[in-house]
Amino acid sequence: MPETVIRAHKLTKRFGPFVAVDAISFEVSKGEIFGFLGANGAGKTTAMRMLCGLSTPSSGEAVIAGYDIYSQTEKIKKRIGYMSQKFSLYDDLTVLENIRFFAGIYGLSATQIKLKTEELITRLGLEQETKKMVAALPLGWKQKLSFSVSILHEPKIVFLDEPTSGVDPVTRRQFWDLIYQAAAQGITIFLTTHYMDEAEYCNRISIMVDGKIVALDTPHRLKQHFNASSMDDVFYQLARGAQRQE
Amino acid sequence: MQTVILEHISKTYGKEISPAVNDVSFAVNKGELFGLIGPDGAGKTSLFRILTTLILPDTGKASVDGFDIVRDYKKIRNTVGYMPGRFSLYQDLSVEENLNFFATLFNTTVAKNYDLIKDIYVQIEPFKKRRAGKLSGGMKQKLALSCALIHQPTVLFLDEPTTGVDPVSRKEFWEMLDRLKASGITILVSTPYMDEAARCDRIALMHHGKILSIETPANMIAAFPDPIYAIKASNMPSLLQQLNAYEGVKSSYAFGEYAHVLLNESTGGENNLKLYLSGKGFTDIEMTLTQPTIEDWFIKLLNS
Repeated sequence: MPETVIRAHKLTKRFGPFVAVDAISFEVSKGEIFGFLGANGAGKTTAMRMLCGLSTPSSGEAVIAGYDIYSQTEKIKKRIGYMSQKFSLYDDLTVLENIRFFAGIYGLSATQIKLKTEELITRLGLEQETKKMVAALPLGWKQKLSFSVSILHEPKIVFLDEPTSGVDPVTRRQFWDLIYQAAAQGITIFLTTHYMDEAEYCNRISIMVDGKIVALDTPHRLKQHFNASSMDDVFYQLARGAQRQE
Repeated sequence: MQTVILEHISKTYGKEISPAVNDVSFAVNKGELFGLIGPDGAGKTSLFRILTTLILPDTGKASVDGFDIVRDYKKIRNTVGYMPGRFSLYQDLSVEENLNFFATLFNTTVAKNYDLIKDIYVQIEPFKKRRAGKLSGGMKQKLALSCALIHQPTVLFLDEPTTGVDPVSRKEFWEMLDRLKASGITILVSTPYMDEAARCDRIALMHHGKILSIETPANMIAAFPDPIYAIKASNMPSLLQQLNAYEGVKSSYAFGEYAHVLLNESTGGENNLKLYLSGKGFTDIEMTLTQPTIEDWFIKLLNS
């Protein structure tokens, strides 16, 4: 049995009378690529904020990387990585400065920072760009660099919120190569996306509608179960009845 | 009749070295639903800003509905509708106030043009007293479209209206565009989602400020030069690695649950590939010829 790194049980978040996340339960294993899908407003972001230790649940339980979601949020934050298109790197720092800055934030030692920085620069082929401002990099490179930075401290889990939004199809696939490499190293990938072809690249997928997880399985079994030819079709069948929007 | 005409339009910002728009020429027919397809940074927004007279090109000529973008800019502003990529209505005005405001700007009333926006507006009308800033993403999008239509524009510019929107709302939005097109409005729409390209009459694929290709989606797909094999195995990451390593493969990449593979003609094709893969230990290979998509074209053009 692979180790379970995320275990959520009836996790719930209310804002006044509004139930943003409604008793979701699921488990994610070490090294798994888990797609967390849902319509706009289904509650994905709120759920993700709870899993990252940024928002206290109203009820329910969760253990993330071995730590309790209520009492050990600081420990959780040290063992996870996070990246989204909205928050990734600092535009007005250079490539090198960004890597050093985030490595420092994640608590790496000076020796580790030096080692990791060199390794990362070589792996991404960014030798010529180290002194460039991140603002000057093409979006695709920024996203690849940002992902690599988010796993610099070898977290147990990395949370990716629409990491490939707006990126060209070739770069999008290169980004997925990085995801596969990280998963092969044992890092668990927890991601959201609006690209349904990317749902196919996940080991398992959950689909949220109106705060609840309404489906959770491998892409193959979901398609079988809903008698659908594509994940797009599965998503459409489940989410078109959604009552709420963002 | 051609409603939007661009001739050798180029634009470079400030001290940038590479142009945002690089010698772009094309024409959009009256009543056409024309798609600009490309990733972030392709130059789609710059083109829209040039055509809606918000910025000037460095070189080249363009006209919209017969009006020159430099000389007749005031006329263009009266005749086009523009929905920018970023929500840009007044957040602290209500839904109704925003709509009235834009109608008044164009010397008209909501009542006079209600027929055109009715389909879209009824969906947000229950919230007409709500401030625009408090609307959901989908509702903001519908209000922005209503405001862009309120003066009965002849040409509608929609800059990435579906970015960050879930697949269900995206489908609904394209259905709205089909209805607008039926009313005779010329529509230019940009999107980073390749699957939406098929819903346009014609598309221009854009990358790094240049147009890679302009065609109808059907012609484009028919003109794809190589057969594409869709291959599946239980271990996809490993399959993709092995495909990339095989000399008979011209190009291979993940495509949803399959790998798409283009073969070199000289190396014996399909059967050799099957032999190679079974030699690598793949016992459950599923291999079929498949239809190319716009995304396959884009990948091909980016790789060449």
